[in-house]
Amino acid sequence: MDGHLLSWVLFTPLIGMAVLLLIPAERKNLIRLWANIAALAGFLVSLPLVFRFDKDASGFQFVEKADWIPALGVKYMIGIDGISLLLVMLTTVIGCIAILSSWNAIQDRVKEYYAMFLLQQTGIIGVFVSLDFFLFFVFWEVVLVPMYFIIGVWGGPRKLYAAIKFFIYTLAGGALMLLGILTLYFEHFKQFGYYTFEISELMKLNLSPVMEQWVFWAFFIGFAIKVPMFPFHTWLPDAHVEAPTAGSVVLASVLLKMGTYGFIRFSLPLLPKASVNAAIVQVLVALSLIGIIYGALVSLMQQDWKKLVAYSSVSHLGFCTLGIFALNPNGLAGSVIQQINHGISTGMLFLVVGIAYERRHTRDFKEFGGLGHVMPVYAIVAAIAMLSSAGLPLLNGFIGEFTILQGAFEANRAWAAIAVTGIIFGAAYLLWMYQRTMLGQITNPKNLRLPDLSFRELATFLPLIAWAIWIGVYPQPHFAVLEKPVAQIVERVRPDYFQKPVQQAEAPRAAEVAR
Amino acid sequence: MTFLDSIWLIPLFPLFGAVVMLLLGRKFDPQGPSEVAVAAGVEGAPSVAHPGHHASSKAKAIVSVLCPGMVLLSFIFSVGAVLELMGTPGRVHQLIQFTWLAGLPFTTQTGALAQFAADWGFLLDPLSAVMILVVTGIGFLIHVYSIGYMGHEGGYYRFFGYLNLFVFFMLMLVLANNYVLMFVGWEGVGLCSYLLIGFYFHKKSAADAGKKAFIVNRIGDAGFILGMLLMFSVVGSVRFLDVNKALAQFAPEVGFGVLSAIALLLFIGATGKSAQFPLYVWLPDAMEGPTPVSALIHAATMVTAGVYMVARSNVLFRLTPETSAIVAVVGALTAILAASIAVAQNDIKRVLAYSTVSQLGFMFMALGVGAYWVAIFHLYTHAFFKALLFLGSGSVIHAMGGEQDMRRMGGLKDKIPITHATMLIGTLAIAGVPGLAGFFSKDEILWQVFSSPAGMKGVYVVGIVTAGLTAFYMWRLMALTFYGQSRVEPHVAAHVHESPRVMTVPLMVLAAGSVLAGWIGVPKLWSFLPEGFRAFEHWLAPVLIAETAHGAEHHADAALEWGLMLLSVVVAGCGMLLAWFLYQKRAPKTEPLAALGGLHKLLLNKWYVDEIYDFLFVNGMVKGGGNALSRFDQKVVDGGVNGAGWLTRFTSTISMWWDTWIVDGLVRLTGFSVKIASYPVRMLQTGSVQSYALVFVLGIAAVFGYYLVR
Repeated sequence: MDGHLLSWVLFTPLIGMAVLLLIPAERKNLIRLWANIAALAGFLVSLPLVFRFDKDASGFQFVEKADWIPALGVKYMIGIDGISLLLVMLTTVIGCIAILSSWNAIQDRVKEYYAMFLLQQTGIIGVFVSLDFFLFFVFWEVVLVPMYFIIGVWGGPRKLYAAIKFFIYTLAGGALMLLGILTLYFEHFKQFGYYTFEISELMKLNLSPVMEQWVFWAFFIGFAIKVPMFPFHTWLPDAHVEAPTAGSVVLASVLLKMGTYGFIRFSLPLLPKASVNAAIVQVLVALSLIGIIYGALVSLMQQDWKKLVAYSSVSHLGFCTLGIFALNPNGLAGSVIQQINHGISTGMLFLVVGIAYERRHTRDFKEFGGLGHVMPVYAIVAAIAMLSSAGLPLLNGFIGEFTILQGAFEANRAWAAIAVTGIIFGAAYLLWMYQRTMLGQITNPKNLRLPDLSFRELATFLPLIAWAIWIGVYPQPHFAVLEKPVAQIVERVRPDYFQKPVQQAEAPRAAEVAR
Repeated sequence: MTFLDSIWLIPLFPLFGAVVMLLLGRKFDPQGPSEVAVAAGVEGAPSVAHPGHHASSKAKAIVSVLCPGMVLLSFIFSVGAVLELMGTPGRVHQLIQFTWLAGLPFTTQTGALAQFAADWGFLLDPLSAVMILVVTGIGFLIHVYSIGYMGHEGGYYRFFGYLNLFVFFMLMLVLANNYVLMFVGWEGVGLCSYLLIGFYFHKKSAADAGKKAFIVNRIGDAGFILGMLLMFSVVGSVRFLDVNKALAQFAPEVGFGVLSAIALLLFIGATGKSAQFPLYVWLPDAMEGPTPVSALIHAATMVTAGVYMVARSNVLFRLTPETSAIVAVVGALTAILAASIAVAQNDIKRVLAYSTVSQLGFMFMALGVGAYWVAIFHLYTHAFFKALLFLGSGSVIHAMGGEQDMRRMGGLKDKIPITHATMLIGTLAIAGVPGLAGFFSKDEILWQVFSSPAGMKGVYVVGIVTAGLTAFYMWRLMALTFYGQSRVEPHVAAHVHESPRVMTVPLMVLAAGSVLAGWIGVPKLWSFLPEGFRAFEHWLAPVLIAETAHGAEHHADAALEWGLMLLSVVVAGCGMLLAWFLYQKRAPKTEPLAALGGLHKLLLNKWYVDEIYDFLFVNGMVKGGGNALSRFDQKVVDGGVNGAGWLTRFTSTISMWWDTWIVDGLVRLTGFSVKIASYPVRMLQTGSVQSYALVFVLGIAAVFGYYLVR
């Protein structure tokens, strides 16, 4: 197992799925139990990555490399750096939680449901660990299929519309991305005389600025749809509203991060000239800023609880892309931290909505109000989720937003000034959401006898709350693993960045700490 | 040095109390239906009996000991630390525990790379010493008072949990050694304020007020964040001591430069938290919260955070005369605006709320003219008398069974004598009667505004008018509440009673403070008193007094200073006399100010500022914009997507038609023409042997015939 740790992380859910398929479909509880075990195993297997990860090493770790389709130069090559480490851990944690949260919610086609979920886990992890562009693309497309079925089969009333919209939209983006990949692939052959999809090889390419820009836009479409950036975001509210709770959780917490990850892992290092092109940066930053404010304002107007959370994602992800295209260490690191934060806080918010939905089968704000009286524990958990999303210091959101703002401010002060309004609106729609659901009087008799959180439901929140507090109070370990990879990317796009004089750190710190 | 090295514990005690309450509190306070508030008309609601009486007294006792006890512990540790600080050279003690938020390398304004780092660290110096003593000392008294005040309310443990959490964040705010950690406390107290304003969360108005407070504060916070970022990129640090060291290299700014921008952004943050114009609107609404909360958070401590922050940044503000002038003008504007509104309010707590806004305005006037120690002095005296007045009003409300409208009070003096006596002291103190705390601090502010190099005569005039208004509305409050004929409704009057000891003792302690607290900051003019009476200024001197600037600077003639002092006493006296005349002597049935007509209406309706904000920002920009955008999202953006889908289907329909009729049509046309062409031939091919035989015979006959005929 030692040399293939990452492969084990990648394929444990798939093995779980294979075993699950052997269980007879009528034994629903056994299937549920097994799916939970498999997801938990997926997390436990990924845990050694954290302990064995060397934050001081540059480049990729746990690398595995084998030929896959030699005729095309396709390799099975995987490995992680600090960025992918955090995202992989987020995926395995969220996977456990999402599967645990589905216990009662899913009653028919249980076997197929969990099989799809486990398949999806492997797909997402694959996206985050692939170091071969072909392999990456395969996993990218693999992820589409289970999510399509999860929305389309176990979704709400308009599930088919939402599922098809999600599928076609993402697929169209993927197709353009494939064009970009193939351009690089053939260009590599032209320049070096052999075919390969390996990322580190493709980074050696010397492309003309114009070609870089074309490829950049091709990638952009693929990634921007996934993020989603304004104006490619309208599949998101539909998909979220129709998806079952666990689907929404995974969709928001991890699936969207595939887009931001794509920008960081591929667009920036492979196309450094295009990435620093002033026009391109301005367009991307403008779309991010629009996303931040637009998403927040549209959130304020939603009557559907889940749609509000969905639009809040557009706003939060705007922060993430803003951080990326600030093109400096704080922007990038803040972006990755914020991706994790969004996974934690929005994951919790979707769980919160899901619990209300399971009890009442509606998400209309008008139906709720005063839940804090009958479900006090639930109200506390929801408050933590809301505050973490609103960026309250000592919880996770603040760390990410502040670091991104710092990066944006360094790049252009006006960007930070515009983005900072996002946190005002963020507080507005989140408090409004909380007030409409948890506070006030109970106006609907159906809400009078709602049971508070069960132990299982509480268990889905606890790991996320713990993580939120960890990042809020002591974020250093997260920044530590990001420092090297972020510096590498910044150096790749802006070779002169670290050539500046270093300002001396002030005040002897160690002595004071020792006291 | 034991206490000094354990200053990190000071905030942690109340945090412990808060965590215990919020995690285990329900065990101490088994709530029955008391917390279930149900809108009228909802069927199947559990019967709501007397809320709170179900909680066992033993469980309550645990809460009542633990939470105030934690604050008392903090107070003891604070006193110990401050005493030790006195013996420390330089009177500065910084304790850094670990690096809390360290970002990655950052390009500063000069183009150098710097590593952003914010410690989890604490700074105890004379300024924060004053603050922690005020927060823990007055905080403890208010906790004790709350045992009585909240005794009959539901959610007892929840209340104390929030209150302890507040004290934790407030102590973080004043003890932090850098701006970012200060911001943690800053946002945290905002959260607790939100939770406590909305404590009666079944009331929509309470929840609305909490939300308004949080969001308005967030507007200020946005300024604070940008200010911190700009500061870091200019100065290269966010640690107070290092910032001050770095700022020593800058010359005072001429015109509005980058330092002025930093100062202005920080000040925007302060206007949010300290309820200054234009962001003061949340504070009066915050009175929806329980009265001890109004006393602790919305009078004595949290709202002074902005004053503390500006004083903490005094080195920066000294370098930026432009921004300092803005601070003074905004303070003056806020002071008179709020005082004018307070004159016409009928809700006892609202009068005090506007009074707080007005007094905070005084503090900012002092900050703006560079009299930082005076601002902190006023903060400190104000904490005593305003906490006293709020707790006193709480005692009145308690006695009146929840009534807050002064029009239904009157003549309460003999029924609640202790409350009356202590509130009278508070009123005299805030009005500026010589010898009481408010006199010393307010008069010093007015004198500094008048005389200091950065002073402004216009601001002074506003200040003295405001002082007169203050005396007027405070005596009006006293007259309407305690004197004259009782207007109390009969069924309420029967139950009016003095509050229990647990509430009156804190009132008496605070009253003593309101009398004595000022005697450590007597004017220099009173040279007959030894320097010990001016200890406050000397204590703060290392932090707040620049070596070259104030101190011995203004030797304006003593006669002028005596004259101005007399003037402010006379103005205060006139204000009170006028109120006495209008409300006590004449004791009218209707509001005498109504004679002012339109102006009174304007004041009663708070200059319609809330309505204007609602119209412009809430409904106009945010809701209007949100509505427009969500429709845009549905129709245009998503319309585009759906349109693309429709277009695809449309083209595929056309393609199908084309395919069926043109492409396939061509194929079929070919087939058809062959079919047509072959028709005659096919006619022959009937498959019947007889006809073949016939044709065969006929053919042969024809051939033969041809040859025969030829």
